[in-house]
Amino acid sequence: MANFDWAYWLPVIFAALMVISMFAYVILDGYDLGVGILLELEQDTQQKDKMIASIGPFWDANETWLVLGVGLLLVAFPMAHGIILTALYLPVAIMLLGLILRGVAFDFRVKAQAHHQPLWNRLFFVGSLLATVSQGVMLGRYLTGFAPGWGAWGFALLVGLSMVAAYALIGASWLIMKTSGALQQRAVRWAQRSVWFAALAALLVSIATPWVSPRVFDLWFSLPNVFLLAPVPIMTAALFGVIAYSLPKLAQRQRNGNDNFCWLPFAATVGIVLLSFFGLVYSIFPHLVIDQLTIWQAASSTDSLMIMFVGATFVLPTIIGYTIYSYRVFWGKAGELSYQ
Amino acid sequence: MADALLDPVVLARIQFAANITFHILFPTISIALGWVLLFFKLRFNKTGDAKWMEAYGFWVKIFALTFAMGVVSGITMSFQFGTNWPGYMQAVGNIAGPLLAYEVLTAFFLEATFLGIMLFGQKKVSNRMHTVATILVAGGTTLSAFWILVLNSWMQTPAGFEMINGQAHVTDWLTVIFNPSMPYRLTHMLLASGLTVSFLIAGVSAYRYLKGQTTASVQATLKTGVILAAALIPLQILVGDMHGLNTFKHQPAKIAAIEGVWHTERGAPLMLFAIPNSETRSNDYAIGIPKLASLILTHELNGEIKGLNEFAEHPPVGKVFWSFRIMAGVGILMLLASWLAVWQIHRHGIPKASVSRLLVAMTFSGWVATVAGWYVTEIGRQPWLVQGVLKTADAVSKVPSGMVLSTLLMYLALYALLLASYISVVFYLARKPAH
Repeated sequence: MANFDWAYWLPVIFAALMVISMFAYVILDGYDLGVGILLELEQDTQQKDKMIASIGPFWDANETWLVLGVGLLLVAFPMAHGIILTALYLPVAIMLLGLILRGVAFDFRVKAQAHHQPLWNRLFFVGSLLATVSQGVMLGRYLTGFAPGWGAWGFALLVGLSMVAAYALIGASWLIMKTSGALQQRAVRWAQRSVWFAALAALLVSIATPWVSPRVFDLWFSLPNVFLLAPVPIMTAALFGVIAYSLPKLAQRQRNGNDNFCWLPFAATVGIVLLSFFGLVYSIFPHLVIDQLTIWQAASSTDSLMIMFVGATFVLPTIIGYTIYSYRVFWGKAGELSYQ
Repeated sequence: MADALLDPVVLARIQFAANITFHILFPTISIALGWVLLFFKLRFNKTGDAKWMEAYGFWVKIFALTFAMGVVSGITMSFQFGTNWPGYMQAVGNIAGPLLAYEVLTAFFLEATFLGIMLFGQKKVSNRMHTVATILVAGGTTLSAFWILVLNSWMQTPAGFEMINGQAHVTDWLTVIFNPSMPYRLTHMLLASGLTVSFLIAGVSAYRYLKGQTTASVQATLKTGVILAAALIPLQILVGDMHGLNTFKHQPAKIAAIEGVWHTERGAPLMLFAIPNSETRSNDYAIGIPKLASLILTHELNGEIKGLNEFAEHPPVGKVFWSFRIMAGVGILMLLASWLAVWQIHRHGIPKASVSRLLVAMTFSGWVATVAGWYVTEIGRQPWLVQGVLKTADAVSKVPSGMVLSTLLMYLALYALLLASYISVVFYLARKPAH
């Protein structure tokens, strides 16, 4: 430990924390945004209420992981924050518009005058969709190193649409876990539809990324990497298979009142996102801005990182602790949302 | 005019100002409203009187709505630091970074997580745990205010650091956190939040009362709001004065702009009305009370106030001068209205209809004073972003003006829609009979 090089390790630790925050965000707000997207497919107001009741106690804390992720980028890697967010100015603005609409619609859709409520339901959906698409576009732009031209933008849009499929799948899986009866049956059908889109999207993005980025191509398709990394796509495909195979069986059993394994599609989806994150980090590390800036070039001073590291070691476990507590309080099937 | 509108610094400032103005409205309510909800809950726990639970039930709805508005507009802020002011984090990121990180880690997650339990968990956890959740939410909002005001105060009165190659490096964190203006600014803001909430509660309760909801619960909240307002406003005037003296010491150019003092003067008058003229560098149509500004700031009739001409660069005078007068004017109105209402409650048990209508009109008066106060302090710091360390113009991003302008218009339209919806829903909930 005598020669422990903090100047080397602190940026790595903060990059890891940032990836963990983003992962938590994609799963947690992913199911919120997915439910928001699926809201448009449900006509019945009471069922809409149930869908939103399943995410009501959590959405605010879920969104905070985005603030932490972007906050860590801002405070630990200020140079990269400037470059990345300036390059992503427009999709960021649209995402914020979406998140604002989604966030306030939560309250307005039940509190506003009755004749305004359908409008806020619609805005809930629109906000969720805008936020989802723009997050995908941001990822797509980021992966190409913000390359100009139609090809790169087309790729970004493709990732944007893939994100809709991915979040719809997470959202539907969440509903399968947190609801029952007719809504749960519908959620299974939504999951069945979105799983194919999500699988197709994952395939297209996996093919397109090395195609638009020679760097990624070399990382994945040189020898012996191609063999060492083969488990990643194979496991991803297997998890998609598990979801597609389990959904009709689940629906069948749930009709008969057997709710065992209702968590399976959600768990498998989390696995897929985890593998995607692995692929992403493997493709990019140690860069923060591809081919421009490494994490060490972009990092704040070691002193500043240290003071945040000390705080984070105490506070993050506490946060995880009370987050688990909150999920335990609202464990099981979602009830009606009521302040009483 | 068109050129000025496409000036990237002006645009970035307008966009950031629009966002921060919209944002601050909601935390200003949620910080103090959290504690008021705790008060209602504790009263209920102690007395068992249903009127306090009814009050809690009504105001928790407004709290939830307000909190959501604050969260979504706050997320926008965390992005705009980078999109609008990349030079800010590059120069002072070593200080701003950890402060913002501590805000997210210690406050945001805490309030967001326990908000879920506070709002929807009443039947799922014990009453004691629900009270704890309410305390943690209120504490979280206050902690968040603490961190952000530490950072803002540091930008006004920076301390505890040294500049190395154009980057600030911390020499002493305690000096950074307890920088010279922090205690005054934090207290001033927390009191502003308390006043905003007390007038909100008094105004909405008076509105409900006038609309025929004369229940014990409405009367109790009306009384709570009025008494809280009457108690806080003299404190706020005192703290505001101390804050002014602190600014006089550390940011004399801001005070010169507030007072409209162009040439260094002894026995400067307190201007009640004037139109500061930056062409002639003097005030037009000035009406003032002789020697009062000197008396307030130096506690001597003939004390010296440094004029704007002493500073090579100073903030725009008219905006600071008038924002200050709006803030102070609303403060005086608050004093009169709340004391009048307290006197009437003392005499008749409930304010007369005319005073109730005044309270309704002043429902959102706290917003006006708070925003005006923030304009004084933020515009008064110009042309600096961090006083004496970093100029606003040196921190701005190089995003094309057209893009900033179009997103600015989008944000403005959205904020107008949301603000109108928020106010209309608050009054709609107030009209809806409790069941």
